[in-house]
Amino acid sequence: MLGRFPALAGADLEVRAGEIVLLAGANGAGKTTLLRLCAGLLPLRSGYAEVLGVDLAVDRRAMRRSLALVGHETFCYDDLTVHENIRFATRAAGRSTADADVALERLALGRVARVTHGRLSQGQRRRVSLAIALARDPRLLLLDEPHAGLDDQGRSVLDEVVRAAPSEGRTVLLASHELDVARQVATREIRIVAGRVRGVPAGSDGPASRAEVRV
Amino acid sequence: MRFWRDAMLVAGKDLRIERRSRVALAQILPFGGIVVVMFAFALDADRTSLPVAAPGLFWAAVFLAALLAIGRSFAVEEANTARDGLRLSGLDGAAIFIGKAVAIAVELFLLEVVLGAAVIVLYGVTVSGVLVLVCSAVAATIGLAATGTVYGVLATGLRARDTLVPLLVLPAVTPVMLGGSRAFAAALQGSSSDAWPWVQLLVAFSVLSLAAGTMAFGPLLEEA
Amino acid sequence: MSTLRRYWFGATVVVALAVTAVFALWLSPPDAQQGDVVRLLYLHVPTIWVAFLGFFVTTLASALWLVPRTRRVEWDLLAGASAEVGVVFTGITLIVGSIWGRPTWGVYWVWDARLTTTAILFFLYLGYLALRRTAATADERGKRCAIAALIAFADVPIVHFSVTWWQTLHQSGTVFNSSLVSGIHGSMAFTLIWSVGAFTVFYVYLVMRRLQLAELEEGLEERELELAIAERQRVEEMVSV
Repeated sequence: MLGRFPALAGADLEVRAGEIVLLAGANGAGKTTLLRLCAGLLPLRSGYAEVLGVDLAVDRRAMRRSLALVGHETFCYDDLTVHENIRFATRAAGRSTADADVALERLALGRVARVTHGRLSQGQRRRVSLAIALARDPRLLLLDEPHAGLDDQGRSVLDEVVRAAPSEGRTVLLASHELDVARQVATREIRIVAGRVRGVPAGSDGPASRAEVRV
Repeated sequence: MRFWRDAMLVAGKDLRIERRSRVALAQILPFGGIVVVMFAFALDADRTSLPVAAPGLFWAAVFLAALLAIGRSFAVEEANTARDGLRLSGLDGAAIFIGKAVAIAVELFLLEVVLGAAVIVLYGVTVSGVLVLVCSAVAATIGLAATGTVYGVLATGLRARDTLVPLLVLPAVTPVMLGGSRAFAAALQGSSSDAWPWVQLLVAFSVLSLAAGTMAFGPLLEEA
Repeated sequence: MSTLRRYWFGATVVVALAVTAVFALWLSPPDAQQGDVVRLLYLHVPTIWVAFLGFFVTTLASALWLVPRTRRVEWDLLAGASAEVGVVFTGITLIVGSIWGRPTWGVYWVWDARLTTTAILFFLYLGYLALRRTAATADERGKRCAIAALIAFADVPIVHFSVTWWQTLHQSGTVFNSSLVSGIHGSMAFTLIWSVGAFTVFYVYLVMRRLQLAELEEGLEERELELAIAERQRVEEMVSV
């Protein structure tokens, strides 16, 4: 729910492991809400949702260590450096600082490693978000408009990461406006219109009366 | 053991932010200082009444500074919705609670040392019963930090959070105010043995508030 | 409760309070020591009782809301309604008690355990009400308010204990005897018991009406939500076609 408006009112969605699913839709259609729901950040009002085998109505938190969300905000602390932020997030996820350093290098953040987060540019922040996501080695990658504000270097790494996902055993849910770029990597596309999922897999008919999400 | 490691990770993060931004040092500590001075104005810098009132005035200044520290601790989590990051991190809510409470307690304790020195000098207090002073201060600070952390997360994400948290915290910590000032008063008067029951009260309060926070912080963080 | 029954209930409350007033102000005798001032107690004692009752109900309703199995929005609304009534009555208690204290003890206020704890109680629940108002939507409100109510309730005995200990050091207990009346009997006892009963019924009525108001507000919010959903769907259907 966003304030008084239900952002997602009927979604029938099933994503299998190793898929790269593109969520397309206008602004405010409900893409972000769906991603946040899958991350367990939002409570489920009605219907059924299962992420990585965990029923969200029972426990929204259990699967969080196995997934990563890259969203509009970076979830970082402005007063800490890039390196410190990535290390904190990595160690919070139970992984080693070596993983943090690897992710830092992969996103070419070595040069700004000692810069405080508050002074980074938009593109650099996006790369930090991505680095944190990668360092956690997630089975499910939730990407909310990842191309927005990302510089060329970041885009190529993002592409490489997304393409490699199936072979690395990851599943990707990608919400994006840049359809032509995203379509090149996606294995399936789903449209979200006014909080309802269209273009569902064959076998179900029309808009769902109750939301069912299986990721 | 993962629990303690996570808690110390969070505490370390908060303290590192403080070391980098120096908000407590540059803003909260001077605030405490000016409050101490202000009390002297309020009491007409009376040489007889200031030392007598010193225990209570000291803790009053600490409480006011603590409100700022609590607000700061959670303001840090609001920028860039770092709060969501904490939730997504998979850290246990109770561990985050202990971590944040420890960080606030450490900052407060350092604050108390400096403000204590200021009170001794400015109010003309003669020090005695140092052991009691330290023990009661530690117990009081833990209770204060724990309760403040609970109310801090309870109010996080709400509008008018800054004015709400003080109203919620101060009535709840009146036992700490009583315990702290009476223990200090007894110690400074040289009758330390009278202070130990107050120290027990402070310890009990700390334990209860730590227990409450451990249970309530995780669910409250999810609500934010 | 249907409107007719509500009116009858309200009328009962009015009658009960009127009877209280008649006995308190006229029919019952003045106290041997306190004189007519004792009549304030017929207001003071019931309001204390109602205040504590109100906060107890708030705590109980909050606990019921917190347990997932018994969770219903009505508990949350009841907690808020009861707290509002409780705060008002706590305020009245403090004021009336203060007025009573002046001729009896010679001072308007004394820092004994009971009064001080009541004052802290007042502020604790003022904070709770402020929280309710700030957390406007039902989502924001539920868990935060329920936990705040439980913490406040758990805090009260700790506060009471610490203040009691504080006052035994001052030994003010002997000078300012907190017991309200030395001995009551006959029509005074009757008036007191009746007044407590009347105010309890008054409390129930107030909470009932406040709860009704809160439920109407909730219903309004739901209705607006439904309208918004329907509107949005209509717009989007038009656009996608």
